[in-house]
Amino acid sequence: MSEDVIVAEGLTKVFNKNLVAVDHVSFSVRHGEIFGFLGPNGAGKTTTINMLITVLKPTDGKASVLGYDVVKQANEVRKVIGVVPQEYTADEDLTGYENVMLCADLYGIPREIAEKRAIELLNLVELTDFKDKKVETYSGGMRRRLELACGLINRPKVLFLDEPTLGLDVQTRSATWDYIRRLKNEYGMTLLMTTHYLEEADELCDRIAIIDRGKIIVTGTPRELKDSLGGDIITISIKENSDVGDIIRGIENVKEVINENGAYRIKVESGEVTAPLIIEALRKKGYNVTRLSLTEPTLNEVYLEHTGRAMRDTEESREAFRAQRMTLRRARAR
Amino acid sequence: MSKTNESHPSLIRGLRALTIRELKKWLKDPIMLLMFVLQPLIWMGLLGKAMNINAMFSPSSLGNLEIPNIQIPGSLLDPPVSGVVVIPGSLVAQQLRQMFSEMGANVMQKTFGVTDYFSYMSVGMISMIVMTTTMFSGMSIVWDRRLGFLGKVISTPVSRAAIIFSKVLNATLRAMFQATIILALAYILGLQVSSTFTLLNVLGVYAAIFLLGVGLSSVFLAFSIRSTRMERPMQFVSLVTMPLMFASNTLFPISLMPEWIQAIARVNPLTYLTDALRQLTILPSDASAIIIDFTYLGIFAAVLATIGLVLSWRYLTK
Repeated sequence: MSEDVIVAEGLTKVFNKNLVAVDHVSFSVRHGEIFGFLGPNGAGKTTTINMLITVLKPTDGKASVLGYDVVKQANEVRKVIGVVPQEYTADEDLTGYENVMLCADLYGIPREIAEKRAIELLNLVELTDFKDKKVETYSGGMRRRLELACGLINRPKVLFLDEPTLGLDVQTRSATWDYIRRLKNEYGMTLLMTTHYLEEADELCDRIAIIDRGKIIVTGTPRELKDSLGGDIITISIKENSDVGDIIRGIENVKEVINENGAYRIKVESGEVTAPLIIEALRKKGYNVTRLSLTEPTLNEVYLEHTGRAMRDTEESREAFRAQRMTLRRARAR
Repeated sequence: MSKTNESHPSLIRGLRALTIRELKKWLKDPIMLLMFVLQPLIWMGLLGKAMNINAMFSPSSLGNLEIPNIQIPGSLLDPPVSGVVVIPGSLVAQQLRQMFSEMGANVMQKTFGVTDYFSYMSVGMISMIVMTTTMFSGMSIVWDRRLGFLGKVISTPVSRAAIIFSKVLNATLRAMFQATIILALAYILGLQVSSTFTLLNVLGVYAAIFLLGVGLSSVFLAFSIRSTRMERPMQFVSLVTMPLMFASNTLFPISLMPEWIQAIARVNPLTYLTDALRQLTILPSDASAIIIDFTYLGIFAAVLATIGLVLSWRYLTK
């Protein structure tokens, strides 16, 4: 069971004739995996998803979901996918239950089935007690869960999640992760999600594509990506106020030394072996190591390696910015 | 998971669900609803009674008629009499007052088709409220887009036509609701229905309002469909409100307007709605006029609804 569920070839979206949001992106998502798009704001993650869920028309290239072309068979695609958008899209004036039933109506799910399923889904996302309360009384986490319930009403085979934990607190975030994992494990769903939280991608995704400036830079499992950096990172501080970078560079297995405000970040192969060597070498020269830590590379490293450290002033669409601001505001409303 | 797909999105189901959503939003907000009922009440109470054109033709608006006694030499009369005939001024004034009243009624009848302006005006008010209410359909789609609701709806397989028509239908239903209040209130306040009025005419009134509601809300929706800002539809509304209202027979008969305004009024759909409503309620129904009105309104609704539909197909998905 590893046929490709989502296939994109040269997918491109150009806004207003000159703003290239997504630039010839190709990838495939396998059956039953959680595939994550990771990238900074304005990288083109949401635009890519919007083309796959048939909300935006690609300028160039093609994509298919479960074999249906997203342009020519858009309506077939819409029937088999579920979408949990970045924004809170539920109608605030309606209750949670009414919102889920509205979604069921939009999919044309027979009433009896829909009623049963709405109860079931609201139970799954633990909103049963609040199902008859207006959504405007919901917290950010509850709204997100309601979006999830709406996105699942048609028993989708593929679920698209756009920044599923944007603006949520730590507890709600980890609860959301649990739901997502359950969808994959218990329902065998294929999930495609975007995030700009690294730990989220690391925690949840089977495979990750790092996307920046509209292009996929690298794709792989979190493990593969970390390994590709080669080696561990040792961070040390010394008592003396002098530059010992050159001494450290002379030690075997040391690949790179960066002095960050008096602390040295040292990229090495097999950190456990090299750390004692560094301490010894420094002591011989009369320097005292006051602090040492050893870390295996995190996705953070991978991410910065590929997207660079410079801050971004990307030209983002006004609409996207406003939507995100509104989501954050509402997430924090309670 | 290999169950066959049970999604059978249909236009009717989607349209029903989305329209009910809008109506629920509306009914669930008591303050909104209250204002919605108050609006026609205030309009009727103020505008309907404020412009008291009837009073202009009442003898009291002549003020104190100080007419001196008129002396006529008897030789001028036929047959001539001797001496001087004196006609008391008060008698002349009394005659004038009475004539003025009759002339006023004649002028009113010729100008407005009915002798009381309140009846004329209150029917026009229905057109006004239909216009203002349907205008807000455009804003609601912008709002749905901003809140992301629209984005979600278009990612479902629901018919695109259902999305647009639910807005059209919702605006039209609201307009019909308010029109009912106006009509009922006008009747209480003294609207005089014509002798040809029957309950069947009420159906005609609703049909006419429905047609104009569908047409107008389609225009405003089509204009707002790609907009992400509220300002644009709002500006558009304030741009077209005045010309639609005044270059029509809503408040005043067009036959007394300058030629160029008449030209505008003749293509203004509000003119046809107002005329249809008057024909059906306060005027002795003129079948040919009603047919013309309904034909125009029908074409207006059909053409604009089609445009709205085509645009929705093109522009809901960017």
